[in-house]
Amino acid sequence: MPSRTKTVLIWIVTFFIMLIICMPGLWIILSAFRTNGEILTKPAIWIPQNLTLDNFRAIFGFGENVVGIPVASYFRNSLVISITSTALALLIGMTGGYAFARYSFPGKKPAFLWLMLSRTVPGIALSLPIFIIWSRLGIIDTKFGVILVFTAINVPFTVWLTEGFFRQVPNDLNEAAQIDGCTRWQAFWKIEFPLAKSGIASAGIFAFLTSWNEYALASQLTRSTDSKTLPVGLMDFTAQFTIDWAGMCAMAVIIIIPALILTFLVQKHLIAGLTFGGVKG
Amino acid sequence: MATVTLKDVVKRYGAVEVVHGINLDIAHNEFVVLVGPSGCGKSTTLRMIAGLEEISDGDILIGDQVVNQLPPRKRNISMVFQNYALYPHMTVSENLGFSLKIASRSKEEIEAAVQDAADILGLDELLERTPAELSGGQRQRVAMGRAIVRHPDVFLFDEPLSNLDAKLRTQMRVEIKKLHAKVKTTIVYVTHDQVEAMTLADRIVIMKDGHIVQIGTPLEVFERPVDTFVAGFIGSPPMNLIDGTIKNDTVVFSDGRSVPVPPDFSGKVVDGRRVVFGFRADVLMPKGHTLAESGVLHDLDLTIDLAEPLGSESILLSSFGGKDIQARMHNPRPVKGGEVLSCELHLEKCHLFDAETGQSLRG
Ligand SMILES: Nc1ncnc2c1ncn2[C@@H]1O[C@H](COP(=O)(O)OP(=O)(O)OP(=O)(O)O)[C@@H](O)[C@H]1O
Ligand SMILES: [Mg+2]
Repeated sequence: MPSRTKTVLIWIVTFFIMLIICMPGLWIILSAFRTNGEILTKPAIWIPQNLTLDNFRAIFGFGENVVGIPVASYFRNSLVISITSTALALLIGMTGGYAFARYSFPGKKPAFLWLMLSRTVPGIALSLPIFIIWSRLGIIDTKFGVILVFTAINVPFTVWLTEGFFRQVPNDLNEAAQIDGCTRWQAFWKIEFPLAKSGIASAGIFAFLTSWNEYALASQLTRSTDSKTLPVGLMDFTAQFTIDWAGMCAMAVIIIIPALILTFLVQKHLIAGLTFGGVKG
Repeated sequence: MATVTLKDVVKRYGAVEVVHGINLDIAHNEFVVLVGPSGCGKSTTLRMIAGLEEISDGDILIGDQVVNQLPPRKRNISMVFQNYALYPHMTVSENLGFSLKIASRSKEEIEAAVQDAADILGLDELLERTPAELSGGQRQRVAMGRAIVRHPDVFLFDEPLSNLDAKLRTQMRVEIKKLHAKVKTTIVYVTHDQVEAMTLADRIVIMKDGHIVQIGTPLEVFERPVDTFVAGFIGSPPMNLIDGTIKNDTVVFSDGRSVPVPPDFSGKVVDGRRVVFGFRADVLMPKGHTLAESGVLHDLDLTIDLAEPLGSESILLSSFGGKDIQARMHNPRPVKGGEVLSCELHLEKCHLFDAETGQSLRG
């Protein structure tokens, strides 16, 4: 059966492409459970000989060879910074998106365009000016300083995504709600917000992941356990002459896990969000 | 008493004026239909009454209260939207009860009111469904149900039937009329369909380009249109309108044929005046196929181009006075194209309009 062979062929090709795409991720997860020696062996050992949890023990400060890296502090910093900046970005972005979707005001189109264009500037290009201003303000190496930057990074995308969702909610609904006795505000919370929920959830996920994974700017703006985030902390594993690959991979897994959990929790919304909210007419 | 009064109401969008100072008095429990071609300002007027659109000038009163500045929720009105605007994330019963919930009524009260509305509109079976699981006609009914649960002072409808197919539209039209008989309320209804306007309205308000052209009962606007616009807009088929000139108490048309000046207009026109002669298909009928009518009749021979049989009558297409016209044949017999029929024109029901302004010359 030619069509059967074709199907099988497609499956094999798909599998290999998938393997290539997933390889780095798999390698990180595998390496997190191997010893540094095994990771560095040449030629490479693909199938791990003996798996171990030592790397994780070392990170969390028990076991034989303790790594002197305050992972718990970094984790807390990451959490505080990501959650706060996401919440702020959602609040600002959602109200902005709603305004762009519902109201007409002078300069609306250029404003929206500029908001989107701001995304084209690579964040790192702004790092020097931000660094200078932040240090003058004395908010270098504070969570507040990082939160401010991350919020600014996330707002344009949140505005863009939620604007699309609010625009898909017919304006008639909010008018019907007002006639049914709602104030403008009630109409928003009871009708438009629930209907744009999946868009807002996806915007939230994107904002959170951006903040959670951001490295370039955070590495400039943070110094100590006061504000260093997990991705920045990852670099603590590189000493002058050695790199603790195993420890680094174990920590990378720790970084990935919360993001994965969150994504799974809201994936229903995420898919709805990407397939129907992102498309704009 | 829920009267609605519009006093010199103006609506501007920026520099563009779309409603030019309209005046309208709507009585308690009256069913008023705003009708007119697309873009004439019907929806805008309705939305100003609802409070969804600010008025640029003038006053709107509901009862004795000036409501210019009141938000929609304080006007005690309900509105049925063209695309129904049901809340998609709520069930039918939640949709119906939403306004009462917002007003923090008790659970029992809401349930009773929802049940009431469901009974009136036959929605009992649908209460637990969401709007996505309803047909167009059912959605329409839910939208009306949502409007009636609060017992508003005024109902506003914006082309509620235009998304339904022809058969359902006729059916829902009857239901709306029944609804008005059941829940006596002032209704303002917008449509561009003159049949809907004629069948539903106590009074019709005909609008054009942001002006009110004529206000009257369906019969008044049908029988005494104030200008050629109303004459052409109301009634189906539209009134035949033919350009002509007055000469010795007759109207002479471009093809040389003529008819006497209708009795209502004699003495009101002088020789040489250019006019538009108007008559409906119903008043021009082949001899032997008329409804028994007496009065001033004028005999005409018509060459029939085409006959459209409708069963109990036929519409005859012909040309007269240089225009394509339509006549009506009761108890029809087959008519061939090119056949010449001797017809009579019921002169008392004919109209004369000024050729320039289009205004009726009835005076
Ligand atoms: N937001 C707006 N800004 C500018 N002009 C508008 C706006 N809304 C409506 N108009 C204009 O006002 C006029 C009246 O519009 P309206 O919606 O009242 O027409 P309508 O009689 O309801 O027509 P239809 O039968 O097509 O619904 C139109 O010429 C329209 O272009
Ligand atoms: Mg309209």
